[in-house]
Amino acid sequence: MKTETHTPNRQQGRNISTDFLADRAKFVRKETVRLSRIAGAGHYSSTFSAAELLVALYYAKLQIKPLEPDWPDRDRFVLSKGHAAIGLYPILADLGFYDAELLDQYTRFGSPFGDHPDMKKVTGVDFSSGSLGHGLSVGVGLALAARMQARTHRVYCMLGDGELAEGQIWEAAMSAAHFELGSLVVIVDRNGLCIDGTTEDVMSVEPLTDRFESFGWKTRRIDGHNFDQIIETLDALPPAGVGRPTVIIADTIKGRGVEMMEGALNWHVGNLEGEDYDVVMAELDAGLKPPTWEHPK
Amino acid sequence: MSDTFEDDASQDHADFFTGVGSAHKTTEKGTPAKRMPAFILGEELADLADHDPRIAVMTADLASANRTVEFKDRHPERFFNFGIAEKNMVTAAAGMAASGQVPFAASFASFLGILCAEQIRTDCAYPNLPVRLVAHHSGISMGFYGTSHHSLEDLGMMRTIAGLTVVCATDAALLRSILRASMDHPGPIYIRLGRGRDPDVYDAPPSDFAFGKAIRLREGKDITLIATGAEVYPTLGAAEKLAAKGIQSRVLDMHTISPLDGDQIRAAAAETDAILTIEEHNITGGLGSAVAEVLVDCDRLPFARHGVPDEFAPIGPPAALYAHYRLDSDGITSRALELLSGKRK
Repeated sequence: MKTETHTPNRQQGRNISTDFLADRAKFVRKETVRLSRIAGAGHYSSTFSAAELLVALYYAKLQIKPLEPDWPDRDRFVLSKGHAAIGLYPILADLGFYDAELLDQYTRFGSPFGDHPDMKKVTGVDFSSGSLGHGLSVGVGLALAARMQARTHRVYCMLGDGELAEGQIWEAAMSAAHFELGSLVVIVDRNGLCIDGTTEDVMSVEPLTDRFESFGWKTRRIDGHNFDQIIETLDALPPAGVGRPTVIIADTIKGRGVEMMEGALNWHVGNLEGEDYDVVMAELDAGLKPPTWEHPK
Repeated sequence: MSDTFEDDASQDHADFFTGVGSAHKTTEKGTPAKRMPAFILGEELADLADHDPRIAVMTADLASANRTVEFKDRHPERFFNFGIAEKNMVTAAAGMAASGQVPFAASFASFLGILCAEQIRTDCAYPNLPVRLVAHHSGISMGFYGTSHHSLEDLGMMRTIAGLTVVCATDAALLRSILRASMDHPGPIYIRLGRGRDPDVYDAPPSDFAFGKAIRLREGKDITLIATGAEVYPTLGAAEKLAAKGIQSRVLDMHTISPLDGDQIRAAAAETDAILTIEEHNITGGLGSAVAEVLVDCDRLPFARHGVPDEFAPIGPPAALYAHYRLDSDGITSRALELLSGKRK
């Protein structure tokens, strides 16, 4: 079964208040906690680090038509870190791509919604993901197709920082610069942790800005939880067309928003039940507090 | 010496990387040599692209070897050389296909089918995208380049991928049929080619070509020889030699390995006295295994799989390797006689 389009219940456009975006980021985090309980397991912390980035893209930036999901001139979004799909599904429902009640069947037998997104089952997902390291190559292909078809939309691709250890990422980075894919925008969710430890302990990815620059990319480095910085950076993107591709390295905190998860390795996959569930939901309801963890330097 | 690849006796393999045969080369530096007549990939795709804006072609630093350079010359805006980065190429092809293009990604079978197996499964087949994976110089056709450049496992890997059509081109004419038929096919296709100098089996592209429908090339009752790809030609030669001994062979060109033409296999089991499969592939997992999976539901009859045993091939020119593995017409003939005399292995 594939999800069907649904009457949108949220505005989508450029001039949306930071308060509204913060409310939607809270919604993403709470839905992640709710849906994870249905599944009995969830990628909480990888989704929490990306919450503001996903919300800024979908509510403030992407040119999309939820009632016309196959609109050929729409901006494309590839969630290369597919394990954050649990945060994307509620956004797509909220924007009207499908009925939010479908999410109640998250991961249950026959559901369109798995831990990793399936473009053939979930309306609004531009490409399936799950195997890390592939998404940037998908973005290269989408951008080349746009060029062949003389379309001017952008292709956004969100990468995790752990998957930067995959060699295919750098094959794709090389080719994006070689083909001068100025319409391609990468956002790295630089949350600092992979499964076994910090990226710098497991397989170091820094100096990340220098690495992308040396591959021929334009680079920006921002606070990935700060809506003002995110929106300003997205608004300042160069025109989509022939030119250098852009990477936005967004420094984030894995598990951001739930104190016990911030910077904690043991919450990459977890399950909140009973009283823990209620406590975390209350913490999220109260809104973001100052972070309790910093990237090790 | 192989009757299939007689011109390989010296294995001057300039053509592997330039797409030209040494016999046609001139001595003057930079003078274009005449291309091998059978390697029509770029030319046919360029012809199709004249009328179909969906076609795009990509390769990984082998535009000359696979002649996609001829597509580049005629449709440069739809040609992309990805350099030696096959995984990126295959996944990017999937991205293109997701936006309405029909991309053909070409490289050596060893690097397309084997190196990129996961990209083919996850990015092309799982989303059922119309990517065409053109895997050339398959099997042991690269001879003394060695195991890194051989692909004796790709059919086994590819045919276990759900929704992936796996097809082998017998010769240039059948390749044209495959490329033309592919334009109306919604899902991904793995197209396995030889090295582009395969002898002609067909005078012209068969007009009734269809994926999953084997072509019956010869009629006989004593044994059915089921071959695929470059082994069809020597198999027809073997059928001639068997006929001289009074043994009449049915010959099937089983060009499509997945989905397999089970009807033709069941008919062969019911109407002929034995079945021998012939393939340029490890006999584990390829055509022979696929046919065996159908025969397990049929009445027992003498059956054997002929191909490369479960090992890596030695170093040698292609002709020597084909002779070593008895994949020439003499070898196939003797293998068929063994089967008919009761020797299964």
